[in-house]
Amino acid sequence: MSNRIINWFRFSSPQTFYPLAGKMIPWFWALAALFGIAGLYISFFVAPTDAQQGEGYRIIFVHVPASWMSMFIYLVMAFWAALGLGFNTRLSGMMASALAPTGALMAFLSLWTGALWGKPMWGTWWVWDARLTSELILFFLYLGFIALQSAIDDARRADKAGAVLALVGVVNIPIIYFSVKWWNTLHQGASVSLTRSPSMAQTMLWGMLLMALAFWMYAIAVALIRLRAIILERERHAGWVEALNEVKS
Amino acid sequence: MNWGSAAEFFAMGGHGFYVWGSFGACALLMLIEPILAGRRRNRALSELKREVAARKEP
Repeated sequence: MSNRIINWFRFSSPQTFYPLAGKMIPWFWALAALFGIAGLYISFFVAPTDAQQGEGYRIIFVHVPASWMSMFIYLVMAFWAALGLGFNTRLSGMMASALAPTGALMAFLSLWTGALWGKPMWGTWWVWDARLTSELILFFLYLGFIALQSAIDDARRADKAGAVLALVGVVNIPIIYFSVKWWNTLHQGASVSLTRSPSMAQTMLWGMLLMALAFWMYAIAVALIRLRAIILERERHAGWVEALNEVKS
Repeated sequence: MNWGSAAEFFAMGGHGFYVWGSFGACALLMLIEPILAGRRRNRALSELKREVAARKEP
């Protein structure tokens, strides 16, 4: 019986995860494309024109997924960082490092699309309002994490320093999420909430969810590519790396 | 179907600049990022090959 249970710790070694990640990447690309095509189709051709915002509201279909992913990736990054800090597992730190640039990209896209949405709807690209400011802080947290790690030569020490920063920064995530409730903000309230039914048309909701899935799958695929690069960089003196087919040839 | 013509589709009811500016930035950056990540892996691989070759030489 016991040998039927998958030994998850086996996958925590870079050696076993490297080929596994390579096999997973095409599947995540395929899923990202599938969800993306369906999501874009709904975004532009199925979802109706908004009564108040006209066609400009369609920015929601990239703005909300990018914002969700920017927060979600941060939580996942902090989770791996904490795991690496607690158990000293090599792969966890690499996971966190691989996720940071993708998270930064999502935070940037959230701010960018938000500015492009704010201009026609509010009349301004930017306001120092709680939601926007806390999202900007999230963007800077990602950049700080990346800068801190690249400033430390020893990879394991870089992991530890980054992990502390990532964990301290976690406090910002609930602030972003609840900012529209806690403070009077220009930013509209949550369109989707766990506690009440969504305040939007069904088709709009579906478009948003499909686009969020596409962004999610994209994030996994690109983070896995980066993870494989990081594994090769850090494990270059390990015997198993030299035995890889792509290195031997 | 929301659009009578292609021109109407691209105009986005007068919000074309904002809508396409958003979707375009996402598409562009989500195209560049995987290319950069892939290049990082290729760079790591070629460095590895060089190191391995250097070690094999007597």
